[in-house]
Amino acid sequence: MSIDAASLRATTAAVRPPARRKRSTAASIGLHATLVVASLIAVFPVFWVLVVSFKPDAKAIERTPTLFADSTVDNYWNVLSGAKGAFLSWFGNSVLIAALTTVLGVLLAATTAYAASRFRFPGRRWLLLSFLVVQMFPFAVLIVPLYNILLALGLQGSAPGLVLVYCSTAIPFCTYMLKGYFDGIPGEIDEAGRVDGLSPFGVFWRLVLPLARPGLAVTAFYSFIVAWSEVAFASAFLSADDRSKTLAVGLQVFVQQNRAEWGHLAAASVLVAVPAVLVFYLVQRFLVGGLTAGSVKS
Amino acid sequence: MRNLFARYWFAYAMVLPVVVVLALLVALPLLQGLFFGFTDINDTNIANPVLDREASYEFTGLANYLNVLSGDPAYGSFWATLGRTVIWTGACVFFHYAIGLALAVLLNRQLRFRGLYRVLLILPWAVPVFISAFAWRYLFNAEYGLINWALESVGLPAQVWLGQSDLALVSVIVVNVWLGVPFMMVALLGGLQSIPADLHEAAEIDGASPWQRFVHVTLPGLRSVSSSVVLLGVIWTFNMFPVIYLITGNNPHTRILVTYAFERFFSGATRDYAIASTYGVLVLSVLLVFATVYRRAMRRHGEVL
Repeated sequence: MSIDAASLRATTAAVRPPARRKRSTAASIGLHATLVVASLIAVFPVFWVLVVSFKPDAKAIERTPTLFADSTVDNYWNVLSGAKGAFLSWFGNSVLIAALTTVLGVLLAATTAYAASRFRFPGRRWLLLSFLVVQMFPFAVLIVPLYNILLALGLQGSAPGLVLVYCSTAIPFCTYMLKGYFDGIPGEIDEAGRVDGLSPFGVFWRLVLPLARPGLAVTAFYSFIVAWSEVAFASAFLSADDRSKTLAVGLQVFVQQNRAEWGHLAAASVLVAVPAVLVFYLVQRFLVGGLTAGSVKS
Repeated sequence: MRNLFARYWFAYAMVLPVVVVLALLVALPLLQGLFFGFTDINDTNIANPVLDREASYEFTGLANYLNVLSGDPAYGSFWATLGRTVIWTGACVFFHYAIGLALAVLLNRQLRFRGLYRVLLILPWAVPVFISAFAWRYLFNAEYGLINWALESVGLPAQVWLGQSDLALVSVIVVNVWLGVPFMMVALLGGLQSIPADLHEAAEIDGASPWQRFVHVTLPGLRSVSSSVVLLGVIWTFNMFPVIYLITGNNPHTRILVTYAFERFFSGATRDYAIASTYGVLVLSVLLVFATVYRRAMRRHGEVL
């Protein structure tokens, strides 16, 4: 092989920003001030949830906000011990559904994207166009028919049914991004692999997928977030038994009309946000390069 | 045919699972939904295997479409709701793009704490939407919300943000802008980084001002990314359900087409699947028309998606 992985990564991953030019002090202050204000706006609601999560429900609705008021970890304890709904069951369901969606979605999107990137098979254009149209489907048309179909398949009200539904929304976008990513990997690599005796699938699995790791990370993040935060299908399909709910549905018990347990809701929210932020933190350095490849070349 | 398959069997084998999943879970339901729009199906006459009941809904032709398109308030005031959906989508995507681009341009240069700023600015994207929705509902609360407290501390009158007024629409737009900027910023930042630096340098040597460089080098360089993300942004925002549903519930002042379809599904004793499906088909039609026109307009400047 003439092109090694490192040099390839250097060309596909982030290109260095323009060299630092002389910047006046005023411009520098303005630049940082803008970014600091924007960062504060971005972070503040999340920070405030963290603050409220340590307050008793009664303190959370005082008119004058305080950073600390009778702060304890009681909210967390109540949520985790199951005194406020089957939180751990919801959490387990969400983890299972999000993990399955991520694995299945990324795998299917990757194979499809690879085929669309490397082969000019009849029907390819039509396939790619249909992915764009799928993005436009309002779930509203689909809930009842989907329920019927899951019923026919015996998957209604179950995690695998929901996973399939989430895959059908995550795959089109993921395929687009990965196709752009694969397009950036030279075809010579595939040819070299074939010459060395790999099967078409071997080339895909052992050469192309490892090179596309940043793109895979971004699509994994996207699929995970889709499944982790979806509300409409989860509330329509899993509503029967309290223990079968996902977090997105379950947490709504804290904010029903006549009682708003903000302290407990905040604690539960923090517990929910942590895995998402963790996944995010692991992939964030790939985000910029990964998204671009998809959107620039698709 | 056999020849075709022999040549491309590998490609077809790789595409097959996705085609099956999409056909089963998207195409089939869509056709069924399309059909429901021409019937009077609801919760009382749909086939119910649990109760062992046969379907008894009837074909009603175009009645649903005529009812909805007449703009009758009993059927969700279609035209007013469409107008609100367009305002919602236009405002959200405009601010997503404008703020996202501004931040991307600021971040696309060497400066201290660049990585830190980037992580902090992407954070709203990482937090699940329903959590953000709860957080904002709390901040917007009329009695104990932080936003009213801040307004009062500087001597401005407090507002009922999420009540029965157009302020509620402003509030959900603010939340959705907050949610959507990170995606735009990251996509545009990637686009900016793919513009060769020598283009900027050449323009600078030619004496172009920063603004001229932005208009004549940066914007054209971003055209392909921009046209893709704006199209996706419009589609996603048009169909954005959880933000509105979780923050204002069934508030007619924040009602957009998809939230109304959901209302018909789940509120009221009858669960009017027929009207909900009709709305779904109309949403899809509007988006298809928009995407076709948009793609045609963009194709003159280069490929889009």
